[in-house]
Amino acid sequence: MAQDGPITLTDLVTVLRACAGEDDGVDLGGDIADRAFTDLGYDSVAMMEVSARMAERFGLELDEDRLFDLATPAEMLRCLNQAAAGDGEARR
Amino acid sequence: MTGAAAAAEDDRAVITGIGVVSPSGLGAERHWEATLTGRIAIGPITRFDPSGYPARLAGEVPGFVPRDHLPGRLLPQTDRLTQLALTAAEWAITDAGLSPSPEESLRYGVVLANSAGGFEFGENELRKLWSMGPKKVSAYQSYAWFYAVNTGQISIRHGLRGPCGVLVSGQAGGLDAIGQACRVLRKGADGVLTGGFEAPVCSWGVTAMSAGRDAPTAPQLSAGDDPATAYRPFAAGASGHVLAEGGAILVLEREGRARARGARHRYGRVAGYAATMDPPPGSSRPATLRNAAALALADAGLAPERIDVVFADAAGGTMRDRAEAEALTGLFGAGGVPVTAPKAMTGRMSAGGAAVDVATCLLAMRDGMIPPTADVRPDPSYGLDLVTGRPRPARIDHALILARGEGGFNSALVLAACPRETPPAAEPRDERASRDLPGT
Repeated sequence: MAQDGPITLTDLVTVLRACAGEDDGVDLGGDIADRAFTDLGYDSVAMMEVSARMAERFGLELDEDRLFDLATPAEMLRCLNQAAAGDGEARR
Repeated sequence: MTGAAAAAEDDRAVITGIGVVSPSGLGAERHWEATLTGRIAIGPITRFDPSGYPARLAGEVPGFVPRDHLPGRLLPQTDRLTQLALTAAEWAITDAGLSPSPEESLRYGVVLANSAGGFEFGENELRKLWSMGPKKVSAYQSYAWFYAVNTGQISIRHGLRGPCGVLVSGQAGGLDAIGQACRVLRKGADGVLTGGFEAPVCSWGVTAMSAGRDAPTAPQLSAGDDPATAYRPFAAGASGHVLAEGGAILVLEREGRARARGARHRYGRVAGYAATMDPPPGSSRPATLRNAAALALADAGLAPERIDVVFADAAGGTMRDRAEAEALTGLFGAGGVPVTAPKAMTGRMSAGGAAVDVATCLLAMRDGMIPPTADVRPDPSYGLDLVTGRPRPARIDHALILARGEGGFNSALVLAACPRETPPAAEPRDERASRDLPGT
């Protein structure tokens, strides 16, 4: 299920909206790459759900301990895309 | 008034806010209007295809669109149960005008009843587990199914960080939660959101509720197909009850605190509560509903003749209706008190049902109207003065509410009207304005 090219913020936002919802006061379509997941309204259970659905979609599993250190969308995407390139901590 | 009497009055538990989500309508006032008109809110199940199931009718909450009431982030993580409860909680808090500061929030808690948890959410996740494997199961399943989920979600959303809990005792739960909320107030809390909710109208819920239908303690679901006759409590040949979803949230406060913060309403106060447990089926010992009612009256310090109306449990099966009628005629004499069961119009909401009865009773006190038990013609041998067909005008100073849960739970609650205080000039207008709030 791995895709051509890196996983993008758009991909992540699609998954966030579908599985963890969107707060009324937050625009996920805006510049959110460096905003904290907690500011965007997502708690640790939401992060587990997002991680599971990203794994389902892109075949890349994030280590659970590492997952909670990924504070922003940009950090999560970096981690996933490094793994996709074969040099990250996530695993296929 | 002596200082001690004033202090005791300050500590009484008064209801200052009501939120109802019921098959009869969204919001306390819509529910009340539909209840007074005697409109049957039971209908064919629409939430799944009920053909092949033992029950095909239910009381479903009409026209509830979760995203109209809740932040989008809460939708994927909540069962319908919690969506209904969160909505009612918001309305109750708005009605009460309650907004505790972060410092005060430790003195406000949430004590609710629930009996089945988020059944439909759990059913869907189990389906994924068995058909697609464990990785497809939502992380939100960890709490979305759980009995205490409403308590937790409401506590978090409204920042009520004081004593919290959940009571699991079937239909009796709505009263048991209020009883526990009163204990929490006595131990020093200033306010508690209480009541109960249930949302069992899904294929697994109906399956579970139908299991062991012939056992004496099992829920007796009506197999009828006609909404007008499927659930007829106290009628000759009553054939069981109809399942329903919904419930009510009440804001219960220490009276002195409610007065000090200028609460808009005092709908009534909790004057007495008691619960008993029936002996096991087949025992030679008698059922204990009458004891529960007598103990609640004693707790309130009231003789039976001070009660102006009884909201009956009204199980809708001949054995259980007979047991309740005997408890009532034993306490009040034949025809000794008006009895009503508006749940005949909605179906039984399990943990939500008695909470809705309490809400309905408070509105009945406010407006001086006993709502009807639909158009049921009672079996005269029960000896009950059942209010049917249309509402009956009555001054209600004290009311008794009864509820029984499957498995032998009996609970009784006594409500007392709050005497109307001489209002300052502006207050009547405030009161009317607050009644017009959307959804209240």
